[in-house]
Parts: sequence; structure tokens; C-alpha cells
Amino acid sequence: MADLATRTLPLRGFHGGSATVRLTPAAPASRLSLRAKPDAVGALATALQLSLPTRPKTSATSGTRHALWLGPDEWLVIDETETDLVGIAASAGVLQSATDISHRNTAILVEGQGASAAINAGCPQDLSLKAFPVGACSRTVFGKAEVVLYRTGETAFRVECWRSFAPYVSGLLAAGAQDAGH
Amino acid sequence: MSGANRTAKADSMGGANRIAGKGRLTPARTARFTFDGRTYQGLQGDTVASALIANGVHLVGRSFKYHRPRGIVSAGPEEPNALIDVMRDNARRQPNVRATVQEVFDGMTVASQNRYPSLTFDVGGINNILAPFFAAGFYYKTFMWPKQAWKNIYEPRIRAAAGLGVSPTEEDTDEYASRYAHCDVLVMGAGVAGLTAALAAAATGARVILCDEQPEVGGALHHDTGVTIDGQSGYAWAQNAARRLAAMDNVTLLTRTTAFGYYAQNFVALAERVTDHVSRPARTAPRERLWQVRAKRVVIATGAIERHMVFANNDRPGVMLASAARTYLNHFGVAIGRKVGVYTAHDSAYEAAFDLHRAGIAIPAIVDSREQPGAAVLAEAQSLGIEVLTGHAVTDTKGKLRVSSISVRRVSGGSSARSISVDALITSSGWTPSVHMFSQSRGKVAFDAETQRFLPGIYAQDCVSVGACNGTTDIAATLGEAADAGELAAQAAGFPGGTRLALTGTQAFAWTGGMAGAAYGAGPEDDVKAFIDFQNDVCAKDIRLAVREGMHSIEHIKRFTTNGMATDQGKLSNIHGLAIAAETLGRGIPEVGLTTFRAPYTPVTFGTLIGHSRGDLFDPTRKTAMHQAEEAMGAAFEDVGQWKRAWYYPRAGEDMHAAVNRECRTVRETVGMFDASTLGKIEVVGPDAAAFLNLIYTNSWDTLKPGRCRYGIMLREDGFIYDDGVVGRMSEDRFHVTTTTGGAARVMHHMEDYLQTEFPHLNVWLTSATEQWAVIALQGPKAREIIAPLVEGIDISNEAFPHMSVAEGRICGVPTRLFRMSFTGELGFEVNVPADFGPDVWNAIRERVEAVDGCAYGTETMHILRAEKGYIIVGQDTDGTLTPDDASLSWAVGKKKTDFVGIRGMKRPDLVREGRKQLVGLLTKDPNMVLEEGAQIVADPNQPKPMTMLGHVTSSYWSENCGRSIAMAVVAGGKARLGQTLYVPMADRTIAVEVSDMVFFDKEGGRIHG
Amino acid sequence: MLLIHCPYCEEQRSELEFRAVGDAHIARPENIAAISDAEFEEYFFLRDNPKGLIFERWRHISGCGRFFNAARDTVSDRFLKTYKAGEPKPSLPIAAMTDETVVETYEATEGRAE
Repeated sequence: MADLATRTLPLRGFHGGSATVRLTPAAPASRLSLRAKPDAVGALATALQLSLPTRPKTSATSGTRHALWLGPDEWLVIDETETDLVGIAASAGVLQSATDISHRNTAILVEGQGASAAINAGCPQDLSLKAFPVGACSRTVFGKAEVVLYRTGETAFRVECWRSFAPYVSGLLAAGAQDAGH
Repeated sequence: MSGANRTAKADSMGGANRIAGKGRLTPARTARFTFDGRTYQGLQGDTVASALIANGVHLVGRSFKYHRPRGIVSAGPEEPNALIDVMRDNARRQPNVRATVQEVFDGMTVASQNRYPSLTFDVGGINNILAPFFAAGFYYKTFMWPKQAWKNIYEPRIRAAAGLGVSPTEEDTDEYASRYAHCDVLVMGAGVAGLTAALAAAATGARVILCDEQPEVGGALHHDTGVTIDGQSGYAWAQNAARRLAAMDNVTLLTRTTAFGYYAQNFVALAERVTDHVSRPARTAPRERLWQVRAKRVVIATGAIERHMVFANNDRPGVMLASAARTYLNHFGVAIGRKVGVYTAHDSAYEAAFDLHRAGIAIPAIVDSREQPGAAVLAEAQSLGIEVLTGHAVTDTKGKLRVSSISVRRVSGGSSARSISVDALITSSGWTPSVHMFSQSRGKVAFDAETQRFLPGIYAQDCVSVGACNGTTDIAATLGEAADAGELAAQAAGFPGGTRLALTGTQAFAWTGGMAGAAYGAGPEDDVKAFIDFQNDVCAKDIRLAVREGMHSIEHIKRFTTNGMATDQGKLSNIHGLAIAAETLGRGIPEVGLTTFRAPYTPVTFGTLIGHSRGDLFDPTRKTAMHQAEEAMGAAFEDVGQWKRAWYYPRAGEDMHAAVNRECRTVRETVGMFDASTLGKIEVVGPDAAAFLNLIYTNSWDTLKPGRCRYGIMLREDGFIYDDGVVGRMSEDRFHVTTTTGGAARVMHHMEDYLQTEFPHLNVWLTSATEQWAVIALQGPKAREIIAPLVEGIDISNEAFPHMSVAEGRICGVPTRLFRMSFTGELGFEVNVPADFGPDVWNAIRERVEAVDGCAYGTETMHILRAEKGYIIVGQDTDGTLTPDDASLSWAVGKKKTDFVGIRGMKRPDLVREGRKQLVGLLTKDPNMVLEEGAQIVADPNQPKPMTMLGHVTSSYWSENCGRSIAMAVVAGGKARLGQTLYVPMADRTIAVEVSDMVFFDKEGGRIHG
Repeated sequence: MLLIHCPYCEEQRSELEFRAVGDAHIARPENIAAISDAEFEEYFFLRDNPKGLIFERWRHISGCGRFFNAARDTVSDRFLKTYKAGEPKPSLPIAAMTDETVVETYEATEGRAE
């Protein structure tokens, strides 16, 4: 029996930022791509102990667990602890599709006064608090990569991307952060 | 003049022509720079142009065509002549910088352009003497004969002479940044109108972006000292307004920022020059920043540009726009000369003359082509004792490298010329409203007959023009119009008005006058060089020639003469050219029409447009979870789309060929391991998952039991192969679909398209899982024994886990989806583990592989091993025109199915006819000969050209396992040609080949079940 | 760069998040396996390429992922309306197409000034 395999994180060793922006790789998290029709939302919310938002660009948070609306029948569920989200979703006993994407995605935390400017280096969305308030989330583009953007505070964002895009996304965030420092 | 003395004297004042007490720069804050190797001193805040004039330098360049000496004409972005090369070092060097825009900084190196060997003696000046041969359109006619001469003589010479400036030879080391921004109101231009509009909009709480191309706000207030606003001098009011705006949270004030492009739905591009004025910029600071602004409303306050007078030899250094002279005096404290002539058809030049006069500069005369100038300015001139020659024209100038005198005549004719000695001449024929951005927004301009100007007419977007660009010149009217526009724009963006902004303003004089076209003495009968476009050396007579030669459309005239086609885009010349064309054509100006304004308003560097997108950030480079481990093993990588994939793993002393041969042998003899992570993976989940796959794939999926997998092919609706891959059924309602590496994204899109729009009744969902899993393929006779001790919870014996099985369990203690499958024809497994575990599992497997003398193999070996078995690669062996039958894959098409994507398309007459190109194997008669992929195939090598091509080679390799070359090809009627000899004609030989089936190794296929 | 209103996200987003996917309201025949060559040609190959009003399919691919339909003017490139997949073709007043304020292409306005 070989030694238990351990995780090698896609953004190990990455750090960056500027006078106005701090960039940190997010800790490993449990992630679920959850798909369901409206009639299943209630049961899934009960099972997940988290309301599933049904309005565009909104999210819900309960403890370490977050549900991000990505589309009319699609949520990204993130739990900052190691949890069997697929199992929990299945326990709801309703028609749904739950796929574990904990390792597909990785995330970078972007924090500081210049956070939105750094993200606007590659993201065309309006990140003012009016248009993208705390708790807002959206799948969008960041330069030539696709990301999920989640505002966790007035000057704090979580940027989720597929793991192989992480060097590009973190690199462009670092460039944006550098510019936001000037 | 002795250089040492001159420099010392100049140092004390930032230039000998600096007038004590004039201007807004600080005398103590100096900046030294060199121009053509000579050191000069300017003041911080100077442009290169103002600093050079302060040091008595007017000659700054040679014109493009005639190489005539040229001086500074303007004090702004419209400058046609003063194009310079600015260099920090060999990498940070930019040609064609406008000296009137570029600020000086300590230590900068500036060079003039378009001269050889020097600015004062330029051999290209011969073109001026040969000018009769360079008439408008000359290059369309001159270089036509003899025919060979174009390629050998004319083109190389023209290419050497063409273009302005020298490109840097090293990679640009500067940083460039890019940022998207949103606002409620974008205000372009921070003169009186722009500042007022911004103040009014900002007061409502709306998000406002105000940009201006100059270092400080103020616009025309830089030169116009006759304006007061709210009791303050105009310029001081502007700076106070800017301070108030900058202090507001809802306002972004961007100076040194040019709005250069206006696109659909109020999308405006701004170029901000961040460090071009800084002596030693911070290493991390961007040189320039591109702002891509989306504004709910736009206020255009871009002002107006003064036009020069068109008369003979109006291009000598020292001849400049009246407002420019005023800017140099009032803002920079620099006198453009000691004895300045004035030639005008507009009142504004009088105010320039008054300012110069009051600063102690002699004004020998104001020459006005009008009989009746504005009464107020005329009276003021008289009271100041300045001679005014109304109804007169300047008909010539003299002076070699700088104007020294002007010839003046009565416009009514008769009188003899009077020569007036000057060392500078300022001119004005009126002001052209800057409708560039309005026009770029696709608004239509309208010609105002009374003032002979093009003004904003029909708007196409949510924008409004205010101030001089809207034809409003009166200060009180401008203040009112701009305040209204700012408030209304904010209201329209959802911000009801706050307190009404009511500003009062006064101006010294109301202006009258203006003309467009050639002045007296430069008419159709006068054979003189009266320049309208300085940068492209276009004279009034060139426009007339163009009309005579049959160009009747302004677009043709523009291209025939190149008027307005230089980097200044005709900011000074377009209206003059149009007026002359209209006069020559005998039509009105609006009937002739204006050429279209296009982005960019002023030149933009490539760096600004590229922004962050270079080097590592040019395009994402995708690496698998095991990339570093493979790198450590010495892998060579190849690009597959955005992915880097291990290509082969050379050992000491091995070239690619040797490494690949070894890898190929090792897999078949012992075992090989391969990183297959880049294959696309889609999780298909839901009770209707099988039904959905039935519609997407040609195969039937109902019969696939959980725990089993199957090779599937996917067609487009037209019946051609689109993608292929192995699909595993994890449970009744969950499938693990794999796609080709290159097809991952488009297959997902294709499947979503059908699911959402054609089969929305199905209860099934798709999730991309490509990157969730790291995939390690184990292939070869020893594959099972390698993983056996690592796997838990799955019986991987041949009986329990035969070929094409899938199961979930654990490997190295972590979850796995284990596939029994093969793309090599050997006993094989594909280990899927959550990607973060990939490197550890890879290394654990690698230890065991190496212990039995197995090896890692790359994509090259993978390609050869699959070709030995005749497995196709979609996109290499297929090209979007092959049906399943063409590829001998009919067995994968469910014969009983009544529907799947492509079911009808593949039965189209052309897709079922005889003689279609079909995929077959090729064996060269000489087994050592490896065909070239892409090579054409013919039946008769002696057929005269054009030969009948039967098809082409799609895959070709040296097969170490077969001991010979192998190839796959598409050949017309190929399957009926088995055993036939065909030919592959190459440049140096013709290669004979025999058509074969596609399985070259282990034809019985027993090894896969081993 | 256009702004496109996504009927599912209920707001305008940058064109960068979208992908154009061809003509709309062309239903895949239910009995596709049985249709004639001419019917298949009509369904799969033939498109009108109109000047002016066109109904198109778009996908908010880097957003909510939904396919939706759009009525667009091929002369001005302007989106007249977007609506969810499955909803009927909206009836648009002809005036929307001939409105003087509908901008024309640069080429159409070239050399013209009124």
C-alpha cells in the first residue's frame, strides 16, 4: 500500500498585490455544480441548509457554505470545509444534478481599495457597489479566461477559475493590482 | 553663437525667449533635455515645442514629400509638423511624437525626423526643387514604366523614403495597463464647457468621468486670458473647478487622457499617458493606460481647432497659428519671436496680437483679408497703436530656415507688394468645431451656412455636444448650455437634479469672421505652394489638379491628393481642402460633403492597445496537474491548443526519434504511463441522460450497463464526424463522457445547444469536468500489475473488470474513477483522480513503472501506437467531411435508431455515393520510407499535370513495433482499392504505396484483452 | 463592443460574454430521419441573409450559459429585442427598422453631410 496521496494546489506559492490590492490563493474548498429545476429548489435548500438564490447575480451564505446563482437552473455551491456536497444534494431526494468540481476550480481572493480596479483590468462588468453589491456573483470573462466573480465585501472579491487558467488569471490579477496601485 | 554662453544664459530662465513674469510655469523648476544632440533647458510643464521655442528653435522637422524645413505650427494635438523621436533608451523609444503634446522631462533625448544628414542640411530637399514632378497623384502615374522597374527600383526606393520616423529595434520594456470603467456621465474635454458640464452632473451624485488630453484642465483658457468666470480669471477658475471635482468620490478626473474612439452604445476608448512626462518613472507604473469606458450618457466638449491661412509659402518655420502663439505666451511664458506679423480673416488673431504687444513684442502689422474686421478688436488695435491693414493679404514669405519677411498686397489688387520684416507670423482663418467624436459616434454633421461650419446635426447615440465643438462661442451661452447638458445627462442616467449650477462669465471680445480655402494670391491662376496639409505636403493647387483630373467625390480627392491622410488626419486641412474642392467643382460645401472621421482621434501606441496582453498574459497557457512532475522527468512539451502536453521524454543521448522508438517498444513490451488529463470530460446527469446521449451520438446507449463504457462518435447535423470519445456509464442516470482535447469546449457548447433548444423536455444536465480529474493512462502487458497494489475497492481482474469497464474506488487512498480502456491496443487502464491528487498518484505509479523498466510516454508515442491499431484522431484523420462509413466506423452507428444528430445528413446523396474519399492504410513499397502528412496521392504518376488527386496522407509515422513505416490516408474509393498500388509524387521523387487496411499491429486484437 | 441584454440575467452585459449562434426559429424537424433531401436542404442549409430585421440565436456562454433569441438589425448591428428561447417571435413595428435615428454603417454615411 502506497502512501496516501496528498493535494498539490494549483496556486501553491502564489502571492502578489500592490499598495492597494492583496492577492491570496483561497484555501482548498468543497465545490458543487448544482443543477435543478425550480420545483426542487426548496428540498435542496433544506438539505444544504442554505437558501438557493433564484434572482440573477445573487448569492446566499450560511456559515462556511455559499450558494452562487450562475444561471436559472445552475448554482455554484462552495463550502470552505471538506464536505460531501454531492451526498448532501443527493439526500434531498429530488431531481437534480450534482457534480463535484472541488478540484476543477481554484480561487484567488482579491482584497483592498484597488480590488475592483484590479479585476476591471480584464473584466468588463460594472463593479460599483450599486451594480455589483456585496454578495453579488456572476460568471463572466477576465481577459481571455472565464471566471466566476463573487463579491464577499465592499473591497473583497473571490475569483473562481478552472485550475489550468489559474496562472493566467492570477498573473492578470497581479498586473491589474499593480496598475491599481498607481 | 557660442554654445557655452548661450546655454548658460538660457539656463537662468529656461530659454532665452522666456519672458519674466509671463506664463504659469515655475522658473526654478527646470528640465534639461537634448534635441538632435544639443542640450537645452526648459521648465517642468513645458512641452517639447514650448521649450524649443523658448530656446529660439523653430525648425523642428522636414516635410514628408518635399523635405521643406518645417516649424511648430500649433500648441496642441492638431500639430502637423513638429513630429519628433523621443527616446529613454533603445527599447523605450517612440517616433512620431507630437512636440506640442509631449512634455519635457529631465534627461530626455529628442531627435527630429525625416532629415538626412541633418535638419539644417537635408539632401531630400532636392524633392522641393523637383516638385513639378511630384504633383498630386504622381505615384499613380510615374512608376508605371518600365514594368520591371517597379519591383527592382521604384518600390525599394519608395519603401525606404516612405513612413515617418524610425521604429525601435528592441522590445519595449515599458508596462502598459488596461481597465474597464463604467460611469453615468462621461465628459470629453475639460475646457469651460466640459468642466461646467462635469460640475453640473457631479452635483447630482452621478458617477462622472472627465477626461482631457492636456496635463491640466482649462482647454482654450490656456491661451484665452480674456475670459472671466464667476469673477475669477478663466484659467484660475478652471483649476479650482478641477480641484473640487477631484475631491468628489463620484468623479474620476483624468488629465493627459485622450478620448480617441467612440463606439456603439457609448463605449469610449481613452488613452491615458501616465508616465510620459516623468523623468524617472516608477518601475511598476504603466507608461500608458487604456480606459474602456461604458457611459450611460456622454457630453462631448472637445472644443474647436484654429485653422491657418492658405497662402504662398505659408509653411516656413516661424509661421504658426495665432492661438498657439497666445498659448506659448500666456501659458508657457515664451515669446515666439521679437517681431511678429499677423495674418488673419478672423477676430481671434487680434487678441493674440494684443497679448503679444502687451508683453513687449513688436507687432509690425495686422494683415486682415477682410475689409471689415470686428469693430471692437479694430478699435482696440488702434488704441494700442498697432497698424491694421484691412483688405490686405500676405502673398509670400521669405526666409531660409525661418521666416524673415512677408509680402503684403491689397486684396483688391493694383498695389505693389510691401515687404514687412518679421521673425514670426501668426495666422488664423477661423475655428473648426471638433466634431470628430460626435462623428465617430455615427452622428451626422450638418453644415451651418451662416457660419460656414460643420456642426453636430443628427445624433445617433445618447450624447450631447456643448461649447465650441457645438458651435457655441459666447462664454455665457457656453456656461448655460454646458450646465444644462451636464444636469440633463445625469438626470437621464437616473440622477434627478440637485441645485442648479449658475455660472456667470465674461469675455474680452466677441469674435467675427472666418474663411475656408485659399486666400488671395493662392487662387487657381497662381502657381504657388500654398499649403493646406503640411504633413502630407498638399497645396491648394493639388486639390484643383485632382478635380481637373476627374476626381469629383471628396473621398477620391482625399485619396488622390492624400489630403488629411497623415497622422494628424487633416485637423487643420480638411475644411480648407473641402472649400477649394467645392469652389473648383462649382458646388456648395455641403454638396461636396465631408470625409468620415474615424478612430483614433490622435495616434495611439500599440502598447496602449495591447495593454496587459503580452508575454505570459498574451494567451492562457494551460498545464495539467502533472506538468511539473513531467518537467522534472525531462519531458519535451508540445502545444495542443492552449495546452502544453508532454510530447516525448528524451533520456541522455536520445534525440526525439530514439526516445519515441524506445517509448513505443516499451509500451508494447512492458508498460507505459501517459498524461491524458487534457481530454475533455463532461458529466451527463439525469434520468434522461441515456436518451440524450442517444440523440447526440450515433451509438445506442440504452444497452450500456452501469460499470461499462463504449466508444462513441458524434456527428454534426450534416452527417459528418464531429468528435469521438469513450463514454462510461457510472450509474443509471450518470455518464462520464470524454471528448477530444481540442473538442472539449465546442462539444460542450454543441451538446448544450441541442439540450437547451431542441431537446429541452429531457431531464438531464451537463457539467464540464475536464479539469476536475487528472488522468493517468497505464498501457501495456504489465499495466494491471502496476496499479493492482495501489487500487482499493475495485476487483481489476480480467474477469471482473474486462476491457471497456469503469468503476469507482480508491487509488493511493484517494477516490478514483478507474477505466479499463485502451488507445494503444494493449491492456490498459485510465486512472482518473481529483486533480490536486494527480502529481502524487502519478509519482506513485511512476515508481512502480520504472521498477519494471516501463516508462512515461508522450503524445508522439500515443499517436504512433494508436495508428498502429488504426484508431483515428478526429481532426487529424478526419477534416469535417468524413462520414462514419468513410472512416470505417459504421459499426458505431445504431442501425435501429430513429433519431440522432446527423441521422438525416449522413444519408444525403453525396454522402452515400460511390467513390467517396475513404480512410485506408498505406504501406510504402520501401518500408523505410516515411510519407509526409498532407502529401497528395495519385493513381498514375505519369499523368500530365494537372494530375487527378485521389486523396492525401492524414497520418504517417515510423513504427518501431512494425519495423516499417505506416500511414493512414483518405483515398477516393479507398476501401475498394485494397492491395492496389498508388503513388505519392514528391518534389524529388515519386513514392509507390500499397493500399491496406488500417490495422498494422496485432490484427487479431488479442492483446487488449490480456 | 456591444451591450446585449440577457433575458435570463435581466441586464445588459458586454458582448465579450456572448456568442452568436446563427438564425433563430428554425426548428429541427421532429421526423428528421424521414424528411426529403429538399426538406433537409431547406432546414439545414438555406438562410435568408436579410438586410434589416433578423432573428438570431445567441448564447450567454460566459454568463448564465443560456441560449436565447434576439431581433437585430443587420444594417445598424443594433439589438432591437432579446427574449428567452421558446418564446414566440416578437412582432416589431416596421418603424423600428426605418427610424431615422437608426444609425447606418460608416460606408452608408461616407461622404455625406446634411
